[in-house]
Amino acid sequence: MLKRRIIPCLDIKDGRTVKGVNFLNLVDAGDPVELAKAYVEQGADELVFLDITATVEKRKALAGLVERIAAEINIPVTVGGGINSVEDVAVLIKAGADKITINSSAVKRPELISEIASQFGSQCVVVAIDTKLTDDGWKVFVNGGRMITPFKTVPWARKVEELGAGEIMLTSMNTDGTKSGFSLDITAEVSRSVNIPVIASGGAGTMQHFRAVFNNTSCSAALAASIFHFGEIDIRDLKKYLKEENIAVR
Amino acid sequence: MIAIVKYNAGNIMSVRNAVTRLGFESIITDKRDELAGADKVIFPGVGEAGSAMKYLKEKGLDETIISLSKPILGICLGLQLLCRFNEESGTQGLGIFNSDVKLFPPVDKIPHMGWNNFLTMNGELFKDISLNDDVYYVHSYYAEISSSTIATCDYIVPFSAAMHKDNF
Repeated sequence: MLKRRIIPCLDIKDGRTVKGVNFLNLVDAGDPVELAKAYVEQGADELVFLDITATVEKRKALAGLVERIAAEINIPVTVGGGINSVEDVAVLIKAGADKITINSSAVKRPELISEIASQFGSQCVVVAIDTKLTDDGWKVFVNGGRMITPFKTVPWARKVEELGAGEIMLTSMNTDGTKSGFSLDITAEVSRSVNIPVIASGGAGTMQHFRAVFNNTSCSAALAASIFHFGEIDIRDLKKYLKEENIAVR
Repeated sequence: MIAIVKYNAGNIMSVRNAVTRLGFESIITDKRDELAGADKVIFPGVGEAGSAMKYLKEKGLDETIISLSKPILGICLGLQLLCRFNEESGTQGLGIFNSDVKLFPPVDKIPHMGWNNFLTMNGELFKDISLNDDVYYVHSYYAEISSSTIATCDYIVPFSAAMHKDNF
């Protein structure tokens, strides 16, 4: 039986993990490789690395970091941040990324999704959608959530599927960082509206929140950052709990 | 020496890293003489069937691969390209295995993505592996079950998770 996935997300800046990290027994808690190894040890199903480095020049170091990560860990790795072209993707895949994720660049130029899919296969294209509930319903935001777009969330999700995306990473800006639980309504609606896997993101605060998103939506995976980084939830405990709640996890 | 076939896509590094972690030496190559000179060949995956096959043909590797008599391990798209017709871009495969490769019917999420288990398995390849072990899948197309099938998985339909014929 196909299992629901638990995915820690690491934000990378200038080659280091940002957002405070409070892991026990790490030699260097800011080193993404050390943190990645700790998550593999805990039973993470995949890892997502988002490079939030400001400048293109400094971002070139990302491929080197991906190489180090891929050499050390044996679960799938998705890498994103500042990907604008098939060439950018080629560098990361060659370095050892299993999938890549794009967000603003897909909104700016939707054909990029098809270009990447036709070269590397749909399975490696994860389109990230940042969404927020507005007076006009759920809308798509870009540039790290700073800029609203004309797109409504569900039609945009269908569009990226049609263009060849293999997976959608849906982040609710209404709940992101609040630890009040995933946005069940939009996650359910998007998951129902597309036939590709959806990763729920934004709002995880407790183990019950993971149960809720898996029981109330058809999402394939749930992603979180700070609750894992700060050791508030150990992935081993989370999976034990989900198994007891009859949710299929690895 | 293990040769890993280089072609126009694919996260070949993950295969190379795994081989290195297991303590073996490997090279990544698209040169015919290096493939011919290796002890074993890994034909890796992740990519799009049409563009992958085109690259192999340009390099003359399609003929090289089927002519080898040493052990050859196809992974993911590598396995699929060893089959017959592939519905992805209407691609003709190398025809080692007597199966076609088809798109999953759209009754559940596609790609089949994540950790799943084998439905059945047998053979030396699965020594020390149990049916309870988890296997990561990421694919929209599947190889049909045929006489070469040695392991199956069930997602939407039962399909070939592993195949074996001669040195392939």
